[in-house]
This record gives sequence, structure tokens and C-alpha cells, in this order.
Amino acid sequence: MRIASRIRLLAGLLTVGLAAAGCGGATVDTGTSSAQPSTGAGSSAPAAGGTVKIAINPWAGYEASAAVIAHLLEDKLGYTVEKKELAEQVSWEGFENGDVDVIVENWGHEDLKKSFIEEKKVAVEAGSTGNKGVIGWYIPKWMADKYPDITDYKNLNKYADLFKTSESGDKGQLLFGDPSYVSNEEALIKNLKLNYKVVVGGSEAALIESATQAQQQKKPLLFYFWDPHWLFNKVELARVNLPPYTEGCDADPKKVACDYAELDLDKIVSKKFADTGGKAYELVKNFQWTNEHQNAVANDITNNGMSAEEAAKKWVDANPTVWAAWIPK
Amino acid sequence: MTSPDGVAIEVRSLWKIFGPRAERVLGGPDAELDPDELRAKTGCVAAVRDVSFTVRPGEVFVVMGLSGSGKSTLVRCLTRLVEPTAGEITISGEDVRAASPAQLRDLRRNRVSMVFQHFGLLPHRKVVDNVAYGLEVQGVPRRQRHERARAILSLVGLDGFAEARPDQLSGGMQQRVGLARALAADPEVLLFDEPFSALDPLIRRDMQAEVVRLHREVGKTMLFITHDLSEALKLGERIAIMRAGAIVQLGTPEELVGAPADDYVADFVRDVPRSEVLSLRWICRSPADDEHLDGPALPAGTIIRDAVPAVMESARPIRVVEGEELLGVVDRLDILTAMSGRAGTGS
Amino acid sequence: MTSQAPPAPPVQAIPPTAPRDAVRPPRWVVPAAGIVAVVAAYLAFRGTATLPHDDDAAPFRFVNDVRAWVDANRNQSPVFLFFVNYIRLFVGGLYDAFLLALQAPGWAGLIGIAAALGWLAGGWRIGLLSGLGFISFGVLGLWEASVATLALVLTAVLLSLVIGLPLGIWAGHSPRLRRLLAPVLDVMQIMPTFAYLAPMVLFFQIGPASGAVATLIYSVPPAIRIAALAMEQVSPTAVEASVSLGATRRQTLFKVELPMARATLGLAVNQTIMMALSMVVIAALIAAPGLGSDIIRGLTRANVGLMLPAGIAIVIMAIVLDRMTMSAAARPPYPVTGGKARIGPRLRWAVAAVLVAAGLALGRVLPAEFPEEWVLRFAAPVNEAVNWAKFSWYDVTDAIRNFITEVLLNPLQAVLTGAPWWLVTAVAVAVAWRTGGLRTAAVAAGCLLATALIGLWQHTMETLTTVLVAVVLTLLIGLLLGVAAARSPRFAAVQRPLLDAAQTMPAFVYLLPALALFGATRFTAIFASVIYAVPPVIRLVEDGIRNVSPAAVEAALSCGSTERQLLWKVRLPLARPAIRLAANQGIVMTLAMVVVGGLVGAGGLGYDVVSGFSQRTDFGMGFAAGVATVLLGILLDRITQGADRRPSPRTSDRTTTRKKRIA
Repeated sequence: MRIASRIRLLAGLLTVGLAAAGCGGATVDTGTSSAQPSTGAGSSAPAAGGTVKIAINPWAGYEASAAVIAHLLEDKLGYTVEKKELAEQVSWEGFENGDVDVIVENWGHEDLKKSFIEEKKVAVEAGSTGNKGVIGWYIPKWMADKYPDITDYKNLNKYADLFKTSESGDKGQLLFGDPSYVSNEEALIKNLKLNYKVVVGGSEAALIESATQAQQQKKPLLFYFWDPHWLFNKVELARVNLPPYTEGCDADPKKVACDYAELDLDKIVSKKFADTGGKAYELVKNFQWTNEHQNAVANDITNNGMSAEEAAKKWVDANPTVWAAWIPK
Repeated sequence: MTSPDGVAIEVRSLWKIFGPRAERVLGGPDAELDPDELRAKTGCVAAVRDVSFTVRPGEVFVVMGLSGSGKSTLVRCLTRLVEPTAGEITISGEDVRAASPAQLRDLRRNRVSMVFQHFGLLPHRKVVDNVAYGLEVQGVPRRQRHERARAILSLVGLDGFAEARPDQLSGGMQQRVGLARALAADPEVLLFDEPFSALDPLIRRDMQAEVVRLHREVGKTMLFITHDLSEALKLGERIAIMRAGAIVQLGTPEELVGAPADDYVADFVRDVPRSEVLSLRWICRSPADDEHLDGPALPAGTIIRDAVPAVMESARPIRVVEGEELLGVVDRLDILTAMSGRAGTGS
Repeated sequence: MTSQAPPAPPVQAIPPTAPRDAVRPPRWVVPAAGIVAVVAAYLAFRGTATLPHDDDAAPFRFVNDVRAWVDANRNQSPVFLFFVNYIRLFVGGLYDAFLLALQAPGWAGLIGIAAALGWLAGGWRIGLLSGLGFISFGVLGLWEASVATLALVLTAVLLSLVIGLPLGIWAGHSPRLRRLLAPVLDVMQIMPTFAYLAPMVLFFQIGPASGAVATLIYSVPPAIRIAALAMEQVSPTAVEASVSLGATRRQTLFKVELPMARATLGLAVNQTIMMALSMVVIAALIAAPGLGSDIIRGLTRANVGLMLPAGIAIVIMAIVLDRMTMSAAARPPYPVTGGKARIGPRLRWAVAAVLVAAGLALGRVLPAEFPEEWVLRFAAPVNEAVNWAKFSWYDVTDAIRNFITEVLLNPLQAVLTGAPWWLVTAVAVAVAWRTGGLRTAAVAAGCLLATALIGLWQHTMETLTTVLVAVVLTLLIGLLLGVAAARSPRFAAVQRPLLDAAQTMPAFVYLLPALALFGATRFTAIFASVIYAVPPVIRLVEDGIRNVSPAAVEAALSCGSTERQLLWKVRLPLARPAIRLAANQGIVMTLAMVVVGGLVGAGGLGYDVVSGFSQRTDFGMGFAAGVATVLLGILLDRITQGADRRPSPRTSDRTTTRKKRIA
């Protein structure tokens, strides 16, 4: 059965390729690679079966949302889900050639929306996730208590010595996460004339670990972080106030001198998936939950030794009323 | 043993110059330079310089020289394994230099084959397939070429080794395979490039005898390259001595030993036991007035050493004759002088 | 009379300038004066003429503009419509075909086929290894990902061989082509894998196709190099014999050269596969499917438990493919007579057929997916162990890290980034001149000036710092262990299999323990690159010392040298070419790893590359950083290779020593 359908698919792919060859040149979305029975061929794909390609961006909250959606797609609707480990901006490129169907938690990215949704028309918005997101600079709360004026960015230079590490040399350290995260840090330091150096921890885990240590061992730490995150339930953090966000102050990424905007996190799907994704698309569009929901799942993944699948299953089992509304009729 | 007249191979004014702009060297005055000077001046090496000779059908023609004398290049020029720079080569009447690639292949497949110093066997093939290789590239069907290969193998004394691999054989046997491979296509001419110099002395002697035997049995024209004078003398009807790319002397063994063309050749042949190479022709003298000319007669071509018994038995000088003509006489003293005085120790 | 010349008398080189020696200053004066001058210049000009990093440099903006153009014209420009996109389509299609072919027999069937291939290649041992290896993919819970990786590797390897073998064979026959290819291949091999991911995305976008093309670029040089080497190694007499029998060029190629080069060509295939395997992991960064994805996931989450199974699967795949190809290449092309009773060809194929049939038959009975209950999950305990190690060894690891960082890294980096650019360039040029002559000096100057021009001077200096520290550590450890192994056969016997295993592993795997122990810092990259580069260095040093002429050793012993004197006065000096080659290899490998280390906090150029393909605004910088990495690689390679080349021309091709033995 399965083999036969795959062989048919291969034949189909070849035909597409030949057809493309016949009519003058290949555009990037002709005959995409890897199997994509329901969405790609646009054939009479039944509700059960078909593959949905979900980009996985590297932070626990995202993974939590993706895991729950994937679990529902597989368990309740009978789809196959392919998770693609991709950085945020790289994921968008996947819309163009069919390697990505869904981004489940998008942080702003107005420039990408303009390019991929308005100009190239390969992606569409699929509504809010219900989560409010904000990025910022944080310190452990004990520091805010001890040095009350430290939460104003203007005073950061005064305390730069506290934040020195072997990695930052004679400047203060601003710990950053994954290289692919949304980031204005270099520009902020430059434009606000701060005597700090961005040190890249490389991952969300590095940030969490440092923050935990900073609280337990009363070590000074200034770091990049974001809300929603389960860490706020475990570690008391204080936010450093940068010059407030105003509409358009972050237009030129190299000239940013203001804080991050609070974002309504949303889902983005490929145009093709929106058109032919059927129930899978419906589900993605309907998906909406709260920061608490996300934090619970993310906490299970990160701290309770569960795989993303297990954590998603646990949440789904416990919250049938929440997700029942997402399932397309 | 002499060969019938005719021409199997004819080489005229052959040049091979390695290096950039070889043609320019050839026409100009640089061609006359010493090898070292030439190299210093132009970066070119003249491996073969103005070589001419002819080989008669059925003859064993030996080219002898030290390493670097150009003899190996010369033999490769004959079938254009190395492309000559200038000159003419004719093999059985065909102009080799003018041959098209197809004609050249035909020449190599059917009329001239070669035996190599390092055998050049194919380790991944059985002996029989090595021997049949030449037939295989001609497109001879498998059964036929195997049949032929087995026949040749028994000719060279390798019955029962057809299924072996070359690396299971001793060096001498491997070279027999090389010989068989060369014979398989029944060529008119066999070229030997120092075929036995990689072998032990005893085996080398066997193989030389083998070549002599094969020559007698199959009667091919053979051009034999060697750096070993005794091998040259043993096999060659005529020998060309090469030095720095040019032939310094061409003649029968006797002529080389008896009348070296220059000091180089003389130095070469100095240690040769003359009595074993020279014939009576070289030592006979006009009879003295008081000598009796009624002693036994020997042909002028008799090797000196072979004349010993006759001299010992006869009190009279021996008459050296060529046909009916009396060339001169030799007596015991002459023979002894020839054998001891100017001769080396010999082996 | 013997024709052998009497042994040449020891050459008493009396230089023609001997009389002038009296007035000449001692040899150390010039270098010492140079050093004094450099130090003085540094102190005087420190902080001037530095080239601080600017994220918004003009070259970066230019590349960004190019990218914008490509993005806008991907579906319009004929270059893309009729060329680039077709490559993408074709390679993607090939990958799909491989994937379908691998999935078609089902998991049990594929295991049977793998076992059968192993059996055909090298008897029951390899068959067993191969079968168990494939089973382990399932047991690790990574069946689908492993199959995808295998498909990607096969795609890249097939393309590499299709391009590389003919090109290499041609190069083996044509010295001109070889000369033409040599510098290109040099650059391709020096170029750290990371550097060309961004251009790949630009042209082929993300996905398996561009992953396969990136892998292809990485794995094609050994195919070309070793194939050319294979052709050169074919006995010239055999070729001549074939030609002399009237064989056409084609006949000679197929009947003589290729069969005789079989073992070496096998090595070419082997090396191509190994290179491809280490690259497919990195290609996951541009959405190439397979095991790499899990490893990247682990790396970006600093989660060792996540990446360990994938790391193990990659290593197992590498070992299986390595042993399979090596034993297939080493198999004598004909039945060996004598010895143990051999299995006839008919029985061999029969056993293989039985294995395949058994696999396929089991596939009918067993579930279509690899059974979940057979999967061994150990992410949680591994993470616990890692946490335990991290915390209980924290003092030690932290002390080591801080020591290296404070004592070596920071001061050196301060010097390199604080010194005027012309001073650094002058020193590099002087060193290059000394080791490799005028040409090398010119290359060094060119590389550094270009680096400055594309706006990456400071980051290049940072990366150079990390590389230098890593290389010093690598050479220290490599020399110690290499010398120890050369002196003690027992030690060598213990060490050798470890080195073998280490050299089969894809580079990425080394980040794992480094990350576990040291978190994401510059030192992590140093640690990873040291364990990555040490094995080949050990091997080269050991071989170099072992291969010192026994006559020289005997002569020294007969003069009454002690073991110690023997080592210092005879073995090490005579092994100098090998040690220099080891240094060269160490540097090139270290650079590659330090750049990959950008993923785990190494900073410098590697980080620029990483952020270049994850942040669109930094694309230009990432692209330029790739170029700067190549320039740095060429600079270091030329300087060290120049040193290697001077005493004696390199005889063996680099690729043979690059990674491993010709068994």
C-alpha cells in the first residue's frame, strides 16, 4: 500500500519536473523535494494522512506550542508531522520552496512578513497564538533590591564592573542566547553607548542555567530573556528599562535605541498549506492558548525530563476543553 | 647463423628530444651540443640522437648501452610508445611515423610486440588472461584466445600455470608470462626492453637460453635491449652500442671486440674473453716463408677457443680458409697468445 | 668491478662565503632584533590603526543587496530559471529517489539488505556489524532520521563520485589539469564547512537539495585527489604493455588502470563517504533532513541527552560504512588459493540473498514502523549524568576554563586586536617569508589585506587567537602522545584503536562532550577542536618518529647514545618533516572546528557565519566571514606548509595523510 503510493508519488514528481522543463525554466516551487502527499500534490488527499511540516524554532515555549499542535494533528486528525529544526528566519525561507508549512510562534518579524506575505505571497498569517510576548534585558531580583537604580539603563555603565567575566574582558557582560534569536543587542549597546559586551551563551539553556545560578549564588548577571517563559515562576527577575518603545523606533535594525515592543505572537503558514491543508490548516488557525498553558508544557519538557511528545500528551489529556474548540468540525 | 637479407626494421636519422620546444633544438646548432650542455642551455634532453640502423628479418639485433644511453627510449620510439621527434621508421615496409592511430594499433596488435623489464603483468588477471590480453583487445572470442594462450604457455614452459595469478609466480616465470603475452598474437617482430635485468643471474641464464631456443623455433625478428655485454654477445647477431643517445658502433660481436670503434667501446669490451668471441679470422697471419701449409684447415669463422683441439693435435700451423681461399695461418703460439696475453680472466 | 659508487663522503659543505663568516653576526641576532623591533613597535603604536568591528560595514551591505536581488529575481532571472533551479530540482529529486528506495523495503528489509551488503563486502564480521548497526538506528529511536541521513549521504556521495572520479582519473593522466585543480582543491579543503552554507541558501534555498550540494562540495575533493593518486600509482609498465599490445585508451583504462587502481579507488569512495557523513550533520542547519537535525537541536538547547542518540547513530553509520567500503576495497579481486577453505562465489550470493529475503519476509510480519517498545530511551539519565558531572566537576572545569581564558586567550587576543593592523601583517609576512619564501609572503600579505578590506579584521584576529591557543595545546598533547606511542609499542597498541575510532567520527560529535563539560564559551570550541585535531597529529608524529631510518638510529646507538639523547638528537630532528605536516594538519582541522564552535560560543568569525544564516540583516557579514575564514585558512596553511615544503618536496599527496592509513 504505502510503497505503491510512494512510487506513484515519485512518478508524479518526475512528471512535474518534466512539465516544468517543458514550459521554460524552473521556479523555486516546482517539484519540491521530500514527500508531501496531501499538501504538495493537491490531489484528493483524504482527511486522514498527509504530512504537515512544522518548523521548530529553538526555544522551549515554541517547542511546547508545536508539540501540542503536532500531537493533535497526529492523534486526532491522523496526519503525519515532520518537525524541522530551523532558526526563525530560516524557517520563513522554507515557505518559499515547500520545506515548511507552519511556524507556530512568530515574534514580530515585520520585515519578513512584508517580504514573504506581501511581496512573494508565499505565506499567510494564521491568527494569534493567544500569547503575548516581550523581549527584554533582565537581572536577578536581588540585584534590583541591592542597587535600586540599576534598572535604569542610564546607570548600567556605573555597574559595568559587577558584570565583568573572563569572556567579556574589561567590559560588562550582557549574556545573549541562541544566535538566531531576534536581537537588537549590538545596536543597543552601540547606540546607548553602554560599556558592555554581548557574550553569546548559544542557547536558551545557557540563559536559564546562568539565571538560576545568579539567583542561587547571588552572582551578578545581565541577560537577554523573554516572556512568556516558565522561568519567571522559578526565578525572580527584574527587567532593565531601556528607552521606551515607540512605533517605528526599531525600523532600522542598525540604529535601534529603544526597548523591544510587546508582541502579539502569531502563527504563519505557507500559502499552499492555507489553500490545500484542509483540516490541518483549520486546526492551526484555531489554535489559541494562554501563557500559563505554554509555560506548563515547556516546564515539563525542560525540567521534568519529558520529551516534547510526552509533555504534549500530558497537557492534551488534562485540558480537553481547551483543545476541543480547535478541532475542525 | 646468419639471417637472410631483407629489411624487417629500418630506422633512419631518428631523434627523440624531451623537453620544451624540442623541434627548435633539432633544426639548430644546439643539436650538436653535449647532453649536459644541451640540458643546461635549453632544458631539453636528447635521448636519441640521429640513430640509423636496419634489422634483417629473423635477425636478433641487440642494442646495448649503459643506463641513460637512450636505448629504452629508442625501442619505445619504434612503435611510437614514445613519439619520436624526427626521423623515419619502417617496419616490414610500413612507414610507422606516418601511421594513423588505427594503423598504429594494428601494427602493435599484429606485428610487433614487446617484453618489458618489469614484466608489466596485470595482477588482477589470471596468467592465461594476461597472455590472452593482446588477443582480447583485438576482440578475439574468449574460447579462441584462451586456446591460443594455453598453447603459447606450453611453448614457454608454463604448462599448468594458466589459472595461477602472476604474483604467485617467481620472477623468471613471470617474465615467461610476459614473453608468452608478446608471442600470443604471433607478431613478426619482438622487442625486448632489458627483459632479464630484474632477474637473478642463474634464472637470467635460463631465460637467455630460452630466448635462443624460441628464436630457433619460431624464428622471429628480435630487437633486444640490454645493458649487459655478455648477454649482448651471447644473443646478438649484430650489436649496436649506444652512448648518450647515439650509436657509437654497430657490428657483429667479433667486430666490436676485435675492432672497437673508439676508446669507449674498447673500454667496454676490454674484459671480454677474446678467445670466446673472436674467430680465427682475427688472429691469423700470413704464413712465414718456412711454414708448411699442409696442416688442417679450419673455416675463418671458427671461434678461437674451438680451434684449440685442432691446434693441439697438429704440429703444423692450421690453415684458416674462407671457402677455397686461404686467409692465413695460426699456430699454437698464436692461439695461446690470443687466449692469455690480451685476454681477461673470463668466466 | 662493482658498478656501485662508493658511499659518498659526508658532505663538508664549505660555503663559498666562508671567509665572510668571521664578520657575520651570530645567527640569532636577526630574529632577536626582529622580535625586539616588533615588541617596540607594539608598545609604541598599541591601540592605533586597529580596525574595530562594525556590523554595518560597506562590504556587508553590498552582499545584503546582492541577496535582496537574488531573492527578488529567483523566479525571473534566466540564470535561476534555467540553471540554478534545475540543479536544485535534480538534486532534490535524486534525494527523493534514494529516500524512496531506502524506505521501500521497510525497516526489516533494509536491515537485511545492509547485512547482506556487509556480508558481501567483508564476510560475516562485517555483515554482523552492518546488520547490528542498522538495528541500532531503530533501537536508538532514530530509524526515520537515520534513513534520511543515509539517503542524503548517498545522494551527495553519488554526485561526488560521478563528478570526482572522472575528474580525478583525468587529472591522474594530465599533469596540466592536476596543476590547475590543486589550488582549487586546496581552498575547498581548507574552507571550513560552515563557510559555504550561506551561499548555498542564497542559491538553492534551504532543504535537502542545498544540503546535498553543500555536502557534495565538501566531499568531492578527496574523490578527485585520491582518484588522481590511484591513477598515478598504477604500474606504468603495465599501462605501457597494454598500449604496446595495441589496446585503445579506453581499453587500457578499463582493463588495466581501473582494475589495478581498485584498492585506492575504494579508498577514494571511503573517504568521500566519511567526509559526506561529517558534513550532513552541519547541513542540518539549512534544513537538510536526518540525524543532524537532532544534533543541532541538542546543541541549540545545550541538551546532551537529546543529541547523544543521534551522535551515536552517526558514529555507528560512519563505522559501518567505513568498514564496509574498506573491506570491499581490500578484498582481493580473485579467489585466494590455499589457506582456509574459501566460500565460493555462489554460496556468497546465496547467503546474501537469504539475508535479504529474511529481512523482507520479516518486514511482512513485523509492524511497518520500528516497534516503539524496542526503542531504548536514555536522554533523561544522560542529562542527569551530564548535570552531575557539570556540578561535581564544576570547580575543576571552571578552573581550567578560566585559566586558559585569562592566561592565554585574553592576553593574546588583546595583543592581536590591539596591535596596529600593519604590524600584525608585517609579522605574518615576515614569518611567511622565512618559512616559505617570497610567494608565501605575498599570499600572506594578500590574505590579511583582503581580510581588512572586507571589514572583518577584528573578528579574524579573535578567531586567530582561539586557533593559535588550540593549536598550541593540540601540538603539545599530540607530540607527547605521539612520542610515547612511538617509544612504547604497548602504549601504541592501546592507543591505535582509539585513534581509529576517533578518526571515523564526524567532527560535530566532538562538540558534545565539550558542551557538556564547559557550557558555551570560547574554551568549549578550543576543547572540541583539540580532541578533534589531536588524533591525526598523534598519528603523524608517531609514524614520523617510527619511520626514522633504522640505520641512523643504529648508528646513534653504536655511538653510545642514551634513549633520551636518541630521541632528542636523532629521532625528533629526523622526524621534523612529519611533525611539520602534523602542525599543518592540526591548524587546518583546528580552524575548521573553531569556526563550527561559533555555534557553542566561540565568537569571532564562526559566530558571524552562524548569525549570518540565522539573521537576515547579518547575512552580508556572515557571507564575508565565510570568505575571511577561507583567507585565514589559506594564510595558516601556506605558512605551515611552506615550512614543510622547504626541506624536501612533498612526495605523498596530502589526502593520504589527511585522514588515514591506506590499510
